[in-house]
This record gives sequence, C-alpha cells and structure tokens, in this order.
Amino acid sequence: MLHQKALITKVEQENFKVKTFHLDLELDAEPGQFVMVWIPGLDEKPFCVAGVKPLRLSVAKVGPFSEKMHELKKGDFIWMRGPFGKGFELKGKKVIMVGGGYGVAPLRFLEENARKKDIDAIFIMGAKTCTELMKKPKAKILNVCTDDGSEGMRGLVTEHLEVALKEKVDCVYACGPERMLVKVLEICEKAKVECQFSLERYMKCGFGLCGQCSCGGLMVCKDGPVFTGKELRGNSDFGKKRLDASGKGIEI
Amino acid sequence: MLVKNLLATRLGKSELRNPTILNSGYLGVNSDALIRAAKMGAGAVTSKSCGQKPRKGHPNPTVLQFGDVIMNAVGLSNPGADEEVPEILRAVQGAGVPVIASIFAESAEGYVEVAGKISKARPAFIELNMSCPNVQLEMGIPFACDSRSAAQIVEMVKDTVKTPIIAKLSPNVPDIASIAKSVEEAGADAINAINTVGPGMVIDVEAKKPVLANKVGGISGPAVRPIAVRCVWEISRAVEIPVIGTGGILTGRDAVEMFMAGASAVGIGSALHYRGNESFKLICSEIEEFMKKNGYSKLGELRLEE
Ligand SMILES: Cc1cc2nc3c(=O)[nH]c(=O)nc-3n(C[C@H](O)[C@H](O)[C@H](O)COP(=O)(O)OP(=O)(O)OC[C@H]3O[C@@H](n4cnc5c(N)ncnc54)[C@H](O)[C@@H]3O)c2cc1C
Ligand SMILES: Cc1cc2nc3c(=O)[nH]c(=O)nc-3n(C[C@H](O)[C@H](O)[C@H](O)COP(=O)(O)O)c2cc1C
Ligand code: FES
Repeated sequence: MLHQKALITKVEQENFKVKTFHLDLELDAEPGQFVMVWIPGLDEKPFCVAGVKPLRLSVAKVGPFSEKMHELKKGDFIWMRGPFGKGFELKGKKVIMVGGGYGVAPLRFLEENARKKDIDAIFIMGAKTCTELMKKPKAKILNVCTDDGSEGMRGLVTEHLEVALKEKVDCVYACGPERMLVKVLEICEKAKVECQFSLERYMKCGFGLCGQCSCGGLMVCKDGPVFTGKELRGNSDFGKKRLDASGKGIEI
Repeated sequence: MLVKNLLATRLGKSELRNPTILNSGYLGVNSDALIRAAKMGAGAVTSKSCGQKPRKGHPNPTVLQFGDVIMNAVGLSNPGADEEVPEILRAVQGAGVPVIASIFAESAEGYVEVAGKISKARPAFIELNMSCPNVQLEMGIPFACDSRSAAQIVEMVKDTVKTPIIAKLSPNVPDIASIAKSVEEAGADAINAINTVGPGMVIDVEAKKPVLANKVGGISGPAVRPIAVRCVWEISRAVEIPVIGTGGILTGRDAVEMFMAGASAVGIGSALHYRGNESFKLICSEIEEFMKKNGYSKLGELRLEE
C-alpha cells in the first residue's frame, strides 16, 4: 500500500496542544486503527484515526513532526497510508471508555459507533488541567475530571473508573498514557471485567515487518495497537519498557 | 515407531528442526521478538544486524510494500554491540532454536570488534551482513560487492572468533559465484544469499518526492525470487559450504525451488507480510506435503541434477 494524498478541509483547536484535522479522504477504518502520516521531505509518523466521514486525526504538538502538522491549514495537503493494525471490538450492552490526553480522540470515535449499535457507554475523560481537556463526546453519561479540579471532578480517571465499576459493565476501553493503562488493567482485573487498551510504540514500517514496535514480542503495529487485558497480562514490557529508534530498550 | 522428520536440516554443526530461518531485519530487534519468531515455528532465527555503535537508522518512510515488492531503507538501526550482547544471550537461552546473530560494520576492524563482543553471547552463527544497499551514502559500496574486501573481512573475523560464520552476499554484482568462492576460501562456514536487490526508487508523483526518506532502498519480496534462485544456483555450483537461500519465499513450493537450486535452508521474511505469522508453519507443512507426494525422503534429494 502506497500513500494517498489528502486535502485538509478543516482544522479544529481541541485544546492548547491538540488540533484535529478533517480530511477529504475516504478511509474504511475502525476506532483504534491508525494511519502513517507522511509529510514529504520531513518524516512519517503514526496517528490514530479519530473519526471517519469525514476522516479525522487529532494531533498533539510534541516535537518536529507534530509542530509541522500544526502549521498546516485548510487547503493544505498531507499524505498517508493505512489504516493499519487491529482496532477496538465493541462488546455487550454497557461499556466504559477511559481516555487520557489525546487518547480521548479514538474513544470518541468508538463511542459514536457504540451509540449507533445501542450500546450504553459511560465516558470518563481526564487531563492534568482544564486547558488540556479534549472536546467532549456526545456520550449520555460523561465524567470529566482534572488532576487539579479546574474543570469537572478533581482526581484521576482511574479513581472514577473504580466508582463506575460498582455497576456491572461488559467491557472497559482505555487509551492514554501507559501508566494510566497499567492502572486501568489492575482495576479491571480486580473487578473481573474485560478490557481493551490502545498502546503506542516507536514505529518504522507500521505493518508488522521490522520489529521496531515490539512490546514484549507483540508487534504493536500489527498485533495491536489494541490489545485485550488478557494479551497484556504478564507482558514483560507493558508499562515498563519501550524501544527507541535504534531498538534500545528504555524505561517508561 | 519413530516418525522420521522429513524437514530435519543440518547447517554446519547445527541441527535445525526445519529449514526455515527468520531473515535478519524482520521482527528480530531484540530477544523477545526473536523468541516470538521461534514460537511461530522458525527452525532458526536471525537478529537484526548490529554494529559497533547505536544507530537510529533513516527517518521514515523506511519500508514500502506494493504488489510483489517490499522496499526498505531502514538504514541499519541498532542499539550497538554492547546493548546487543545481553539480548542475543537471552535469545540463545530462550528461543529453543539456533540463533544467528547478524552484524555489520564500516571496516574490517569494525567487524572484528563486533564479532568479538557478540561471540560472548554464544550464538550458533555470526552472520556478516556485508551487503546492505541502504547505507551507501555513509558507508560506500557494500563489501560483498568486492571479492577481496569480502574475503578479508571473513578471514579477519575467523581469526578472532570460534563461532561459525555465515557471509551474507549481495545480488547486485556481475559474478556472485566468484565472491562466494572467495569467502569460502577465506573460511566462511556458510553463505546466505541474497540481501536486497537494487537499490530501487519510488517517486510519489503528487508529492513530487521520492517516497523513502533515504530516496532509494533495497528491494525484496516475491518479485526478487527469480534473482535469488539464480544466485543460489550459481553459488551452490561454485562452493562446498551450505547456502541459505533467501529472497521472496512465500510458500513450500518456493522453498522447494530454492532447495532444487542448491540451498540447504531457506530465509523467510517477506512471507510474514503476505501470509502472516503462520508463515513458518505453512511453508514447512507445504514442503513436507510436496516431499511425500513426490517420494522424497530428505531435503538433500531435492537438489537439481547437473
Ligand atoms: C499507534 C499510535 C497511534 C498514535 N496516535 C496518535 C494520535 O492520535 N495523536 C497524537 O498526537 N499522537 C499519536 N501518536 C504519537 C505520535 O506518533 C507521536 O507523537 C509523533 O510521532 C511525534 O513526532 P514528533 O516529531 O512531533 O515528536 P518527536 O520529538 O519525534 O517525539 C515525541 C514523542 O513521540 C514519539 N514518537 C516519535 N516518533 C515516533 C514514531 N515513529 N512512532 C511512534 N512514536 C513516535 C516518541 O517516542 C516521543 O515520545 C501515536 C503513536 C502510535 C504508535
Ligand atoms: C525491513 C527490512 C529490513 C532488513 N534488514 C536487514 C538487516 O538488518 N540485515 C540484513 O542482512 N538483511 C536485512 N534485510 C534483508 C533481508 O534479510 C532479506 O535478505 C531480503 O529481504 C530478501 O528476503 P525476503 O524477500 O524474504 O524479504 C532487511 C529486509 C527488510 C525488508
Ligand atoms: S513498526 Fe515495524 S513491526 Fe511494527
């Protein structure tokens, strides 16, 4: 699969560091899948699909590539290939979504799909502070929290998850910083509820050949990026180690 | 009754449960990934080529796939020999199949240094990648394109380490048999052919830019199989040491073709894209099926008659 050119039709500012790009490209993607975005002459990096019809990507400004993305405007083009990887699988009748940071973006997409299938979703989203919150989904039950209490409830999303799990649910979906995911797995295992996580690792090929994205031998780009709690239990790298561009292991 | 393993393979002093070997640069960035490939069914696994110092490799895009072509210019990213030694050690202890440690360097002395370090992890073989076409701007024409340079590296490494040595050759030469002969005379214990072909180039006409950040990249995948088969055929007629046939092998039939050309084992890489993680198992059962159907009782019988 080679790259397709995509016209940027709209740029939304989500918060002070995340912009969402709307693109004029038809892509048959599931929530949790990702694309490799190429800026010719610069680099190519992975981003989760944040929605389809129109295709959307939410990009946090963290370094040279995402900074360049943030300079792009309506009418500019980017290139991409994908979708790649395995997305979330919706299960049961009642679910919980737990998103931290830009991890909220693919979960909003998942929540849209859940609503279409009449699955009830409790959406828990969090950030350090109010200026870092992403735009809210249309979920029926929405819990917003910030570490400093500047908007919504004070506290971590995981604390709210523990409360929400007093009710019986069929599955928990989580996307965000890996430390948060580790905590979510712990909570879900204690509550004996199924869970799915979206992971990130440094990617080169993006389709399962080069090994660069290995997480304890699982290839995040192809076996994931969405994994079940079962798949991650006992994984020696989950929450602990990622590989840098050279393949060297680095503590998370 | 003892059932004979039709796929039993001997590579120098190593016994392989089957003749499929994971190619260098596919999956094997660290011990976990090598152990995973062994679990997928590989008869032996080769690590990503490692050099003297850590290298990030080229920026992305680094790997492309379209039709029967895979193209890459990963650019020999690796964590450096000091980081690699414990990874190879863990793989040797955990994989349950022979581990081949691939190395590269920018000079003969560099190969000697890396081989010296890596040999401490006791891999079954050290493979000398002298044939990567994706770093020519920095490192010049690959050593495997010149008989004398290739032989010199093999000889110097053989003088330093006891680990058996595989020389990985480039198809991008006018006479691969003569290079194979030189490395055999220099003491190589086996040959792996081929590394990637080309390099080639793909330009995105809308972007008006080469797609690979390195602009050019080595070609692999089923498209290069006829080149690989021809190289292995020429090499195996010229040398006595075993040859690993690598390049675009997707099926048991393709592997059988390689054995007919003279290979003792086959390298598996692009199959992982085209047929997935079951590739090793599928290829093995297809080879076995072919052998049973056609009355072969060991892999050696597949070789073409002169
Ligand atoms: C499956 C997946 C989905 C992702 N989805 C999103 C998303 O929806 N929104 C978003 O803002 N970000 C997402 N990311 C992260 C995004 O790829 C990085 O933020 C981006 O590559 C940073 O590049 P940079 O040049 O701006 O920053 P750099 O300074 O190069 O890097 C900043 C951080 O990004 C990581 N990173 C850099 N290059 C890569 C790479 N090739 N592969 C993976 N991580 C890399 C680094 O480890 C580092 O922690 C995703 C990553 C993965 C693996
Ligand atoms: C992404 C990628 C990375 C590679 N990295 C290496 C490497 O580090 N060392 C090496 O000797 N060969 C490397 N190769 C070459 C392969 O080992 C193999 O020789 C070649 O791809 C042909 O086999 P195939 O068609 O089955 O892929 C790489 C190939 C690919 C596609
Ligand atoms: S990025 Fe290459 S295997 Fe995942």
